[in-house]
Amino acid sequence: MPHRKVGFGLRSIGSTVVNGVWRLGFASRFFLMTLISSGASFRRFHLTIREIYFSGVMSLIIILVSGLFVGMVLGLQGYETLQKYGSESALGSLVALSLVRELGPVLAALLFASRAGSAITAEIGLMKATEQIAAMEMMAVDPISRVVAPRFWAGVISMPLLAAMFSAVGVFGGYLVGVVLIGVDEGSFWSQMQAAVDFRQDIVNGVIKSVTFGIAVTAIALFEGYDAPPTAEGVSHATTRTVVTSALAVLGLDFILTVFMFRGV
Amino acid sequence: MERTTLDMWVGAFVVGGLIALLILAFKVGNLSGYDGSETYQVYGEFDNIGGLKIKAPVKSSGVVVGRVSNIQFDNKTFQANVEIRLSKNYQFPKDTSAAILTSGLLGEQYIGLEAGGDEANLKNGDKFKLTQSAMVLEQLIGQVLFSKAADDGGDKKSAQGGNKKAVVQ
Repeated sequence: MPHRKVGFGLRSIGSTVVNGVWRLGFASRFFLMTLISSGASFRRFHLTIREIYFSGVMSLIIILVSGLFVGMVLGLQGYETLQKYGSESALGSLVALSLVRELGPVLAALLFASRAGSAITAEIGLMKATEQIAAMEMMAVDPISRVVAPRFWAGVISMPLLAAMFSAVGVFGGYLVGVVLIGVDEGSFWSQMQAAVDFRQDIVNGVIKSVTFGIAVTAIALFEGYDAPPTAEGVSHATTRTVVTSALAVLGLDFILTVFMFRGV
Repeated sequence: MERTTLDMWVGAFVVGGLIALLILAFKVGNLSGYDGSETYQVYGEFDNIGGLKIKAPVKSSGVVVGRVSNIQFDNKTFQANVEIRLSKNYQFPKDTSAAILTSGLLGEQYIGLEAGGDEANLKNGDKFKLTQSAMVLEQLIGQVLFSKAADDGGDKKSAQGGNKKAVVQ
């Protein structure tokens, strides 16, 4: 019966749209609640410190190693291209600008999403599945201010620090390959870099980007965990969604921020 | 509440992040190039500034002595009014000339200062008496073609002196 199929299709489209809008509304309210009840995460700062340790400090190794290798690859590839035009002295500015403006904040946020974001989602999802969150509510402990808000602020604090370390280590990697290995002149490497990188225009904008990504990634991870169906399958799907959604959000936000920050410069 | 090893790790993490930011600001960025020394402003009016940008360096004998701080179009003289901040450490004679030059063939444009012989020095708010505009490639090619045509025609009246004329205020 064809009219039945059409009806089924329409119904599924309708339910997808309604569900999506519903989820978006719930996510917004959840984000707002997190902001409103973040007082405790600063008054009892040790809660936040604990979370900084788990999401920030534990991500250090992957951030530092990736940063070093990204910088080294940039050094190699940049040299390959620049030497065709006889301007390999611009290698320093190429490595530094691409790291500080784009690669540092974006790659650090992607790594953070897959390293810490997925862990946050799994943890909160499991807390919900094992009814720890419900138990907290029974004891009149607000789970948002006790569990969610400290994790949120830990992510927002950790992200710019991680991105800065990523960029700094990446520049060092570019220096290792460009100057130490290939033999680009050290003086022109650093001086061209310093001439090209502007503190306000490049570094501050990079920090603004990484703070924005920190907010986006942590909020998505927390919401997915909180919204996960309390089953093994639900938690696993939520973890996957966290990584996919935050990666897309980071890349989309990056485009929007870049349009505003570096238009016509 | 007591101190734990966890606090130490978090502290080290925050310190590491801040150090990375400082490295980016001072070693990678140009914050170290900013010296707190006082500056004075001088102005130059150019027929054509080419691709000169704000913050472009101002050099004398190849040494950076200041930066372009503002560029505006003067609607009365129909010229570009360029504001330059020079470090107070560097004093130039009043008849110093300014030219817009290009570093390398395709490099960035900067302002070159050529010191004159006047006894008095440029003061805050002074104007350069002599300026030389940026070279525009199309005009240059046009000039060459024009003078070639003039030569071929046997006309020794040389084609216009070109856009490199000095503008005497």
